[in-house]
Amino acid sequence: MDQTVPLQDVPHQHVVFADGMMLDCGVTLPSLTVAYRTYGSLNPVRSNAVLVCHALTGDQYVAEPHPLTGKNGWWDAVVGPGKPVDTDRFFVICANVLGGCMGSTGPRSARGDGDDVWGIDFPPVTIRDMVRAQKRLIEHLGIGRLFAAIGGSMGGMQVLQWAADYPEAVFAALPIATASYHSAQNIAFNEVGRQAIFADPDWRGGRYREAGTTPARGLAVARMCAHITYLSEQALARKFGRRLQGAPKTADEAMSLFGDMFEVESYLHHQGSTFVRRFDANSYLTITRAMDYFDLVADHGGDLAAAFRGTKTRFMLASFSSDWLFPTEESRTVARALNRAGANVSFVEIESDKGHDAFLLDEPDFHRTLAGFLAGCAVHAGL
Amino acid sequence: MSPHDPVRFVAKNLRVDLRLIAEMIAPRTRVLDIGCGDGTLIDELFTTKGCDARGIEIDMALVTRAVAHGLPVMHGDADSDLSYYPDDAFDYVVLSRTLQAVERPREVLAQMLRIGARAVVSFPNFGHWQVRWQLLRRGRMPMTATWGRMWYETPNIHPCTIQDFFDLCAAEGYAVERWLAADDAGRRAPWRRFPRLANLFGEQALFLLRRQK
Repeated sequence: MDQTVPLQDVPHQHVVFADGMMLDCGVTLPSLTVAYRTYGSLNPVRSNAVLVCHALTGDQYVAEPHPLTGKNGWWDAVVGPGKPVDTDRFFVICANVLGGCMGSTGPRSARGDGDDVWGIDFPPVTIRDMVRAQKRLIEHLGIGRLFAAIGGSMGGMQVLQWAADYPEAVFAALPIATASYHSAQNIAFNEVGRQAIFADPDWRGGRYREAGTTPARGLAVARMCAHITYLSEQALARKFGRRLQGAPKTADEAMSLFGDMFEVESYLHHQGSTFVRRFDANSYLTITRAMDYFDLVADHGGDLAAAFRGTKTRFMLASFSSDWLFPTEESRTVARALNRAGANVSFVEIESDKGHDAFLLDEPDFHRTLAGFLAGCAVHAGL
Repeated sequence: MSPHDPVRFVAKNLRVDLRLIAEMIAPRTRVLDIGCGDGTLIDELFTTKGCDARGIEIDMALVTRAVAHGLPVMHGDADSDLSYYPDDAFDYVVLSRTLQAVERPREVLAQMLRIGARAVVSFPNFGHWQVRWQLLRRGRMPMTATWGRMWYETPNIHPCTIQDFFDLCAAEGYAVERWLAADDAGRRAPWRRFPRLANLFGEQALFLLRRQK
């Protein structure tokens, strides 16, 4: 496996809410920091704001090079001038989620005034807590109503939570490749990732920072496991097949080699080791737990329609045909609940063999529907 | 679409057929168009009548096209998805040239008049004289401009005549507020007072139904 460089602390644009925030678990954070980025400009009547909600391992660097990796923004294909979420037209905001490790309050944040950080003692957060923190940011930016809230995967959970909790503050909601609750299968995969972190001796019971270590191996394995769930069998077969990483010269050599033997292994190792450079293990634990807790159905007495009854928000749901992490049926369940609630809903399944990751990739049909839906909503919003 | 793909619905003579339907719908009402295709009718109803018009379509390529045009269309099936809408969610529920292709036409109609105060239904008339004549003369399933696919590949599994439809409405207790027969190009046929003549000469029929009080 590659040599790993642990996550570095770099400055991030942020706002501090010194009065803190009460969490669903009952703990009050004494101070709340929300790190965020914006693109485009807010119009004089403040009606063109689009909130992008990032997924589990995403961050606020949506459409610009990442400060740590130097790679393009994670949704560069979707957000930017002339792109489906057009920054020439919309004021795009993305905040690092609560519990994250790119500047928002999370396990790496100072616990009080001193040097002491939260670490493993960071209280459990929920998707609703993340949305509350984003609401604080939106209000701080002087925005009463978002034109749209958009997000895929865990970002889609946040969008659903926004629409359920603040229907007046969201004109259009676009939950992409997501679900109304985290399935048992998804919780199971998250648990494998967490156990990999716990099993790393460098994790030190979560106090690795104090010990001067990094649970790089555990976090990388967690990422490798999760990464498989983001792809599809067809995508793996197409990208790697059974190809070998440099043909072994003799049969003996082939048998004795472990590690980078198949191309797919090498690919996963790379995914694991690069992830460690930009992510914190305790944040990974905190955020995966927040996803697992998410159950908008249970939160509304077992009836998802109750979350949206009477809503004026216009919805666009999109799923991807080969996504087995958040399959189309889960989006359809949300669409039907929205029908029961009388909501205005568009719903499309995009044909793709790229699995869950498709929402991040170049999918022209998805991009066209996204752009068209936003343009249609802009007409209805008088934008 | 390749010629080998089964066609789910008969080819729609969109413009004229839909214009007749649009004429039946009052401005600024809530409309659901089942089998809305690329959303032509809901677009028309929104732009010219200010309706809150939404659509359901089973063909994903058409759904994608509609949503990409900014129209509120969702992927769904007339047979299975209407049950998810609450009672009286719409003023009109439209089913254009699709009734004959659904699995359970009677249930679909019942759902339409549960979720909507009125139903607008159009269908090709199997009682047209050419259909009758071909069956009589050739002893084989008719092939006409309207009924243009072989029996083994037609999506139209529940053909009916105008007279059949009147009978169903009577049996189910639906009031026929308006009805008309038209030729294939959508020109109104002049037999509106005579269902038996319409059933012989009308290539397609359009009904506006209401639940009996």
